[in-house]
Amino acid sequence: MELIKDGIRIDGRKKDELRDIKIEVGVLKRADGSAYVEWGMNKVYVAVYGPRELFPRFLRRSDKAVLQCKYNMASFSVDDRKRPGPDRRSVEISKVTRGALEPVVLTENFPESVINVNIEVVQAEAGTRCAGITAASVALADAGIPMKDLVPSCAAGKVGSEIILDLCKEEDNFGESDLPIAMIPRTGGISLLQMDGLMTAEELEEALNLVKKGCKIIYEKQKEALRKRYKGDDHD
Amino acid sequence: MTEVDLISHIERDYILNLAKKGEREDGRGFDEYRKLILQPGIIKKAEGSCLANLGETKVLAGIKVNKGEPFPDTPDQAVMTTNAELIPLASPLFESGPPKEDSIELARVVDRGIREAPALDMPSLVIKEGELVRVVFIDLHILDSDGNLFDASNRAAVTALRTTKIPVLDEEGNPTEDLMPLPMLKTPVSCTFAKIGENILVDPSQNEEKVLDARLTVTTEDNGYICAMQKGGDSQFTVDEITDCVKKSIKIGKEIRKTISDLIKKEGL
Repeated sequence: MELIKDGIRIDGRKKDELRDIKIEVGVLKRADGSAYVEWGMNKVYVAVYGPRELFPRFLRRSDKAVLQCKYNMASFSVDDRKRPGPDRRSVEISKVTRGALEPVVLTENFPESVINVNIEVVQAEAGTRCAGITAASVALADAGIPMKDLVPSCAAGKVGSEIILDLCKEEDNFGESDLPIAMIPRTGGISLLQMDGLMTAEELEEALNLVKKGCKIIYEKQKEALRKRYKGDDHD
Repeated sequence: MTEVDLISHIERDYILNLAKKGEREDGRGFDEYRKLILQPGIIKKAEGSCLANLGETKVLAGIKVNKGEPFPDTPDQAVMTTNAELIPLASPLFESGPPKEDSIELARVVDRGIREAPALDMPSLVIKEGELVRVVFIDLHILDSDGNLFDASNRAAVTALRTTKIPVLDEEGNPTEDLMPLPMLKTPVSCTFAKIGENILVDPSQNEEKVLDARLTVTTEDNGYICAMQKGGDSQFTVDEITDCVKKSIKIGKEIRKTISDLIKKEGL
């Protein structure tokens, strides 16, 4: 199978092209803040609750709120049914998601409390952790939690000898490497960084530059989604 | 949890102020690792083993090799699993019970480096395609947790793998008296950095881990490729910091790889 030919990828995209991304804000009534992201075939809901009281009490921190992130995949979200409940992969993704969001949330404003970020993947096809983080930062903003910035996130990778943006399923499965990144646009800081596969130091630099471009586009979509939700008239 | 992961303000300030001056509490330079001592083959019941001492951090890796079914989506590949046990022996903060976040992340980061390099020649460990393959278990037992479990575990695991001996199988797939080493293609070496304020230092100690803002583990393989990375902690890295860490990892990777190879040669393993 040829993943990339004459600069055109297996799903028809160019090297630096993102899949279609749609972000909606305030989609869940009971949550304090929520967001829904469709990213290619990925469908991800995020609900934010809090700041609220944290139990058990010994988990509380006197200097800041605890940010609890839970990433979960629905059993029907993938081709072969996934056993419901947390597995090693989702525990790890929950942890790195917290690391991606923590730098922007002003947790020091809410000592002794908890902010819950629940990420629910209902359909998955490569790049769910990035979609989850992108949606989560929007949902946090929707919950009115003070933040320094939004956190756009997307992956780059190496397929054949090309560095490409936003891997699709085939590229993820059969490509050389996968590099999910989350960026904080105002500082240029990187708050999520994972990689698997093979890549040289030079290729990594190229990939980071490409991701920066992608994150800029996603950042605009995040802001647009929030503006749409909160533009005067249909504010409830 | 009976004790929480705390550090006093005075200790925290001490480490932060030292870092500002370019110093560390144990006198090391920012790019300096603690002493690494590797003791392969100390568990005779395991097919492979290695006790790694990185400073006072002690990790014992054991390799067991069984036979089993391959995963349905990779019928032509052996199976490898990595598990880390943060046993209560190693720290007042560890509890027994099902693995928690930290041990899962540790196991998965070590696993990813080995898997992606790739260290093991997985297709050559297939006995009968789609039916029977070798199953390689990498179990990491943390004995003393004094900072940088990632790199200590990586050194223990790859040294154990490189010194593992498994029985040669006859034509029916039954084990014979003869032993052979695991088919190793590469030796992935991880390198973990801690960002403390504006400073980045390698191989964080336990106290440095408590005050670090962000953590970065970069695993490189023999040809100078990066094969796995993982950022941790609650802060962020700049692009320049990341590229700098990658360069250092490639250099340190070479040195550690030589240390491991020299040791195996010397001990005749």
